[in-house]
Amino acid sequence: MYSRAYKTIVSVPPLAWVGLFLLLPYVLMFAHSFWTVREGFIVHEWSFQNYRALLANPVYLGVFLRTMRIAASVTMCALLLGYPLAYFLSFRAGARKELLYQLVIVPLWVSYLVRGYAWKTILGSEGVLNGFLQYLHITREPVSFLLYSPFAVVLVLTHIYTPFVFLPIYASLEHIPRPLIEASQDLGAGPRQTFFRVILPLSMPGLIAGATFAFILSLGDFLAPLLVGGASGTMIANIVQSLFGAAYDWPLGAAISVCILLCTIGLLFVTERIEKRWVTQ
Amino acid sequence: MTARAAQSAGGAVRPDDILLETRSVAKSFGARQVLKGISLQVVRGEFLTLLGESGSGKTTLLRLIAGFEQLTAGEIRMNGERLDVVPPYHRRVNTVFQHYALFPHLSVHDNVAYGLRVKGAPATEIAERVEQALAMVKMEEYASARPSQLSGGQQQRVALARALVNRPELLLLDEPLSALDANLRKQMQSELKALQREVGITFLFVTHDQEEAMALSDRIALLRDGALEQIASPREIYARPATAYTAQFIGQTNLLRCQVQGQSAICGPIRFSPATGPDGAATFSVRPEVIRCATGRVTAANEAIFRASIRQQIYAGATELLEVDCAGQLLRIRRAAGEPLTGEHEFAFSAQDAIRLRD
Repeated sequence: MYSRAYKTIVSVPPLAWVGLFLLLPYVLMFAHSFWTVREGFIVHEWSFQNYRALLANPVYLGVFLRTMRIAASVTMCALLLGYPLAYFLSFRAGARKELLYQLVIVPLWVSYLVRGYAWKTILGSEGVLNGFLQYLHITREPVSFLLYSPFAVVLVLTHIYTPFVFLPIYASLEHIPRPLIEASQDLGAGPRQTFFRVILPLSMPGLIAGATFAFILSLGDFLAPLLVGGASGTMIANIVQSLFGAAYDWPLGAAISVCILLCTIGLLFVTERIEKRWVTQ
Repeated sequence: MTARAAQSAGGAVRPDDILLETRSVAKSFGARQVLKGISLQVVRGEFLTLLGESGSGKTTLLRLIAGFEQLTAGEIRMNGERLDVVPPYHRRVNTVFQHYALFPHLSVHDNVAYGLRVKGAPATEIAERVEQALAMVKMEEYASARPSQLSGGQQQRVALARALVNRPELLLLDEPLSALDANLRKQMQSELKALQREVGITFLFVTHDQEEAMALSDRIALLRDGALEQIASPREIYARPATAYTAQFIGQTNLLRCQVQGQSAICGPIRFSPATGPDGAATFSVRPEVIRCATGRVTAANEAIFRASIRQQIYAGATELLEVDCAGQLLRIRRAAGEPLTGEHEFAFSAQDAIRLRD
C-alpha cells in the first residue's frame, strides 16, 4: 500500500494539468457564451443573446447542418473503406498482415498539414488530377468542383480519418475467436450468413467506436475546409475560428463551441450506450 | 444383426452400412506431413474414437472431415459420394468443438437455433426442435442465458444440443471433455454414451485419453505420427494389440523380446509354447494381469513358469502392482491385493496370453 502523502503527491500534477488545461478553458468558454461584445469590448453581463442570435441567423444553422452532412459523409466513406480493409487484413491477408497493417498506420505519422496541401496540389485546376484527365482527353478544361467544394472536404477528411476507423474495427475483428467462424460454417452458414450473423455483430463495438471517432473528429475539423473547402465547403469550426479571430466576437464563438460540445457529448453518450449493449451481450 | 454388432463381432460390413470412408487421406502443412495416408471406414450408428497423442494427426483428420482443412491427397466419401469437394456449410456433418465455440452474442436458445435458422426452417419447427434439443441435454431452463453465464459443463451441453438439433448423419467431437475437471468429465462421459444410444447418430470422437476411448467407443482407431496404427473394438485392441506401440499406449504391458524356434519362444529364463508365427526374433506383449503367482500350484503344459524376485509392491486398493526382477528383466504383475511378498517367487502365464506383435 502507498502512503497518503505519496498518493497526493503523485495525483497532483495530472489533476493540475486537467484542471488548468481542460476544466478551466471549458469554464471560460461556457462563461463567455453568456457574455456580449459592446463597442469592441467583451462585457461581462449574463444573457442568452448569443444563443438567440444563433437561432435567428439562418447562416449559422445552414453551416451547422452542412457540417453534420459532411461529418456523416466522411463517417460513411471511412466505414466503407475502413471496414473492408480491416476485414481483408484480419481474415485474408495471411503472412502479409503485419506489412499491410504498417502501411495503414504510416500515414498517421505524416503531418495533417502536409497531407492537406498534397490534396490541394492533386485537386487544383492546375493540379495533378486535372492534368491527367485532360491528358486522357476525358475533360477538355480543368474540372473546378474538385477543389474548394464540400466534395474536397469529404475526400480529405476521409483520407485522414480512415485509419481511425480502421484501427478499432481491426482490433475487434482480431478478437473474434476463429473457431466461432468454423462453428458457423459447420452449422450450415455460407460466407454471407456467417458475416452477417457472426462477424458483423461481434465487430460492432469496433465499428461503433470507429464511426464515433470519424464523426466527432470531422465535426470539429477546421483545417480541411480551410485548405480545400472554399466558400461552399466552410464548416462550423471555421466560423468559430473567424469569430475568435478577425470578427472578435468571442462570446458568439463560445456559444457555437458550447453547441458543438453538447452535440459531441450527446453523441458520445449515445454511442457508448450502444457499444455497451453489444459488449454485454 | 446390426452394423455395430457385426463390426464388434469382427464380421464383414456391408457397403450400405459404411457412412464415411477416408481413402489414403494425406495432409501436409508446408513441409510437415501431418497425415500420411489414412484409410478407414466409419460404420453407420457406431461410436468411433480417434485416439492418439498430441501431434498424431487425429484432430487434423477430424477437421478434414468437417471441411475446415483441404486434403493434400486422397479422398473422403460419405454415403458413397465425395465429401472433400463439398464446402463445410453443405456437409451433413456437425462438430462439437474443443472449447465449445458458442456464439457469445447469442442466447443459449439462439445458439441452438442457429443451424436451423441459417437453413431457413419455419419458426414453429425451430422453436419445437430447439426445445427438444435443450431438454435432451437438460438445459431447458437456461434457454435465455448467455454462454458467458454458464459453467464449462453447461456450455458443453449447449454445444452438444447445438450440433444435434440439426440431426447430422455424423457428429464430430473434438476432445469435447478435455476442458472439464475430472469428476464432471466422468459424468459427461456416461451421459455422452447414453445420448449417442438414444439419438442413434454416428459419433466420431477425438481424444488423447485412452481410458475415455475405452469407456465410450464401439471401435478405436489408434493414430501414430499421422498413420493408422490399429483399428478395432476396445476389447480387441486391448486383448490383441498389433504393435508394441498399441500395447503400451492402451493399458500397461510387459514386452518380452523372444527368440522363436519351432513352436516355442525363449526370453532368458522364460519359455513358453506354443508360440505363433515364423521363427526368429519377435516381441510379445504380456499384460500385467495375466501373470499369476504360481508358487505351490499346479501349472498346465502351455504355461510359462519363471522365478523372479519381488522389487516393489504397489498397493492400489482392490488390486496391487508387483514389480519383479526376472534375470535382470523388470516385469509388472497386477493381481488382487494380498499379503506382503518378499524374496523369490514362482510366476506363470498362459502361452495364449502372450500376444506376438508386429515389428
